[in-house]
Amino acid sequence: MTVVEFSLVVCAGSVIAGFLGALTGLGGGGLLVPMLILLGVDIHYAIGASLVSVIATSSGAAAAYVREGFSNIRIGMFLEIATTTGALAGATLATHVSGRAIATVLGLVLIGSAYLSRNPRSKEEREVPQDPLATKLRMNGSFPDQGGTREYNVQHVPAGFSLMFAAGALSGLLGIGSGAMKVLAMDRAMKIPFKVSATTSNFMIGVTAAASAGIYLSRGYIEPGLSMPVMLGVLGGSLVGTRVLVKAEVKWLRRVFSVVIVALGIEMLYKGLLGKL
Amino acid sequence: MEMSTNENWNDKRMDILIGRLLRAGVLFSAFIVAIGGIIYLVRYGDSLADYRVFHGESLGFGTVEGVVRDTLALRGRGIIQLGLLFLIATPVARVAFSIFGFARERDYLYAVVAAVVLLILFYSLFFY
Repeated sequence: MTVVEFSLVVCAGSVIAGFLGALTGLGGGGLLVPMLILLGVDIHYAIGASLVSVIATSSGAAAAYVREGFSNIRIGMFLEIATTTGALAGATLATHVSGRAIATVLGLVLIGSAYLSRNPRSKEEREVPQDPLATKLRMNGSFPDQGGTREYNVQHVPAGFSLMFAAGALSGLLGIGSGAMKVLAMDRAMKIPFKVSATTSNFMIGVTAAASAGIYLSRGYIEPGLSMPVMLGVLGGSLVGTRVLVKAEVKWLRRVFSVVIVALGIEMLYKGLLGKL
Repeated sequence: MEMSTNENWNDKRMDILIGRLLRAGVLFSAFIVAIGGIIYLVRYGDSLADYRVFHGESLGFGTVEGVVRDTLALRGRGIIQLGLLFLIATPVARVAFSIFGFARERDYLYAVVAAVVLLILFYSLFFY
């Protein structure tokens, strides 16, 4: 394929990945890396281009989310200490392990995230008591809910912090946003309401990815000719995806998307374990 | 209670400013990437695309000096990479802005938290 043809194919695939990622809330990164690998791209270039697109979608969508007042910047900023440190560790690991090892972990993460997305949110109404550490860190907050505001308390900060380190490490190792794991840490471990968890997670993804980006850049993972169609495509697709998010019936779409993710995960496991990379 | 409403209002205003900063940064970098992309495709669109083999650091797109040199020479890939550097700088700018935001709210604990995050980002970008 010539550069023009290849760029068009990659751009079209990236638009779809960005669109579906925004619509289902699962992010486009998990879809992109296997797609690029199937198109014959080296895994290091694939995770570099994916990481760049993750920064673009996270930052691009943030403006739309913050206006609604769900995200909690204190929780986000505090947990970013864990995700950025984890990202440094993960990206460093990526420079030391083989492409096959990265593909294997990616396969496992894809299958795991599809499993998690079957039941993404915990029970909506829950009252949890104040936690001394979270209160000291001023994490408890409120968000607009049915005309009024709803207060919430945050729990289990150390557990959430550890999970965030792991989420950052996966992001740095695989060039993905690992939003599903960030939501898991906030929603399930720290008992933060789902809407607050989801928007705060999106807010954190860009900063986490920026911590890996320095390492990716200096190691030559970010190839401009490849990253260009990926970044522009994913950004365009996700901006459209966030717009139609409100109107669309996403339940069946999530199911289809999960099946695709599992299939790609198995493909990555196969390539990673049997050395077809 | 009065105090906490005021605080929330400040938080909200800071959120909105940060959201705008992020969107402006992303759109600006996408614009630069698109310009570089057009130059690259016009010049090299007919050559064969090959990303099968990983070349590592050897292409020189990993350093700011290399990117600036290629940009000044109006090389398409250099300009794309410049746009990507702006993109990476956007969330970093968000964290830097938050330090001032928290300090203005006299929330020094979180000004320090944001400063720690910024130091980690600087370590990755400049000292790794």
